[in-house]
Amino acid sequence: MASYVAKPIPPNQDKRWKMVDATMRRQGQQARGLIETLHTVQEAFGYLDEQALRYVAMSLRVPLSRTYGVATFYHFFTLKPAGKHTCVVCMGTACYIKGAPQLLEAVQKDLGIAAGETTPDMQVSLVTARCLGSCGLAPAVVYDQEVAGKVGVPAIREHLKKWTHT
Amino acid sequence: MTPEELDQIGETERAEKSKYTQRVSVCVAAGCLSCQSQSVKDALDQEVAKRGKKDHYQVKGVGCMGLCAEGPLVSTSAGMLYKKVEAADGAAMLDSLDGPAVSRLVCRTDVPFFQRQKKIVLENSGVIDPERIEDYIAANGYGALIKVLTEMSPREVVDEVTNSGLRGRGGAGYPTGLKWSTVSKSVGTQKYVICNADEGDPGAFMDRSVLESDPHRVLEGMLIAGYAVGASEAYIYVRAEYPLAISRLRNAIRQAERVGLLGSNICGTGFSFRIDLRLGAGAFVCGEETALIASVEGKRGTPRPRPPYPAMEGLFGQPTLINNVETFANIAPIIRNGGAWYAQIGTEKSKGTKVFALAGRVENTGLVEVPMGISLREMVFEIGGGIPEGRKFKAVQTGGPSGGCLPTECLDMPVDYESLATAGSIMGSGGMIVMDERSCMVDVAKYFMDFCMTESCGKCIPCRVGTYQMHRILTAIGNMQATAQDLQLLAELCDLLKHTSLCGLGQSAPNPVVSTLKSFADEYKAHVEEHKCPAGVCGRKAAGETA
Repeated sequence: MASYVAKPIPPNQDKRWKMVDATMRRQGQQARGLIETLHTVQEAFGYLDEQALRYVAMSLRVPLSRTYGVATFYHFFTLKPAGKHTCVVCMGTACYIKGAPQLLEAVQKDLGIAAGETTPDMQVSLVTARCLGSCGLAPAVVYDQEVAGKVGVPAIREHLKKWTHT
Repeated sequence: MTPEELDQIGETERAEKSKYTQRVSVCVAAGCLSCQSQSVKDALDQEVAKRGKKDHYQVKGVGCMGLCAEGPLVSTSAGMLYKKVEAADGAAMLDSLDGPAVSRLVCRTDVPFFQRQKKIVLENSGVIDPERIEDYIAANGYGALIKVLTEMSPREVVDEVTNSGLRGRGGAGYPTGLKWSTVSKSVGTQKYVICNADEGDPGAFMDRSVLESDPHRVLEGMLIAGYAVGASEAYIYVRAEYPLAISRLRNAIRQAERVGLLGSNICGTGFSFRIDLRLGAGAFVCGEETALIASVEGKRGTPRPRPPYPAMEGLFGQPTLINNVETFANIAPIIRNGGAWYAQIGTEKSKGTKVFALAGRVENTGLVEVPMGISLREMVFEIGGGIPEGRKFKAVQTGGPSGGCLPTECLDMPVDYESLATAGSIMGSGGMIVMDERSCMVDVAKYFMDFCMTESCGKCIPCRVGTYQMHRILTAIGNMQATAQDLQLLAELCDLLKHTSLCGLGQSAPNPVVSTLKSFADEYKAHVEEHKCPAGVCGRKAAGETA
């Protein structure tokens, strides 16, 4: 039997920790629930910061190194806060051969950031996706959860202008 | 829930349906949703209400109808299919129910794209409402489960699947019946069933479509598998990138629990089964079964050497059955119609049908289900409608980053596991990307190598370092800086990775390079010797993209 360890206290009073706690409870406070818990943290807070990783590691009794290892292994998890808007350019095969590289190039040039980065004013994050599964609509782009299909360079420029000028 | 109660639900649903004189079905799978099909459905609902026809006309959200590029798609009970429908077309659509068709929106269904298909996995897609279990039950859903639980022994179920000749639809084509039989014979305190819905291949969206259009079909397949192998717990490992599929699955599991088709003592037979979701987190390698198991256990998704195979020692060290979404989706019809029925479709060694995601430079992009053994030419030029803008066909890529590019000479080859493997590609999960003369094969090989390099988990050295080195050489070729010696080295690395990598990712990573080196050697030669790219792709952006 594991010896008694006091339940860690959430880093702060934020109500969102209750969601995280609920997920961990559902997973039986066990190490196997680590990925599910990190999903909840990211859903609630937008990203995984150090205090969140420490709290989850303590609660599930997983070494911090392993928690960090899992958080950095999977592309879906991000350790940095995202911008106000997110633009995802799909780089799946169908999109790739239908001109996604040109889209990405244009956006990178316009925003002055590389894929995976956020503009300094925290307005726009630029992300690439492995495949959105919207291959029938290639090339596809996601503007804040909204999928747009058959996107051309002028269209993506137009859309991003709306974000950067507000 | 008893068999009689299930019949009752189906009866009620059918009676409910027959109250309506006409029906309009709007596709609400991801492809059409991203073309605003929800607003089309809302507009139709409003229009029906406005006309006071709520008791006569049914507006229904249904799953994928296949021709994703022409969305949003709407079908009517008058037998018409409409494409690119907008919210403003709602009134016209309703008028057409009792009058002439709306000719400007008509999508012809007498073309090979629709006529050449044979739908087994997708039989309910585009027909039933994926969010209502009653609709699935009315379409004979869960009938196979009842049959299995009340009339068949686990052994008979395994035999039936073996007789069908079904092979794993995840790509490798391992005989499903054999896998089930191994797991059923394995000894463990708790056995598990896992559904692999981590569809990571770029250019493949079959599993997602099945999950979004007919989630109960997958649950039923898993339940039958659980009964056959003696498992009582199951997980569906689904990509976090598929939010709609996740929400439909959650909904489906809840509904099945509510009516007693999931949970304890199902249909009073003493059989208990629970299904839980596990979200992937964007790691391609997690499609490999041992890596997937590690991920379900909450760890980094790195593969481990086999044996022991998951069928002996899988999740939490227990015997585990892992099958792909499409494999599970094939189970219910096999049980319903018998293994012999399934075995008469397809070729000698590859039975049944296969769902393909047809995309790239082809006229009709979308989801198709065809009998095994159909030729690539039929796929591309008849079903796919050929290459747009009168351009020339160059290659068709199957199997994603683990597959290869097949040139014109391979067009008359039948599509089955063995033929594709002989030609240097693989069946894969079903992505089929058509390329025309504008695609450079070196660039395509580099694209896939970049993918494998980034997705390599880093556990074994041949894959971690080999993919990096191969990508470096391919980049040099693309930048016209490579020598003949580099080509030699590239070929050697292909061999090395294939034979020494730990898992399928590394072993198959060279496939796109091997197949293009074989079929498009002249393109490599042009890059290396003449410093030019025949397709005009490389070099053009060499200055900005060297890394």
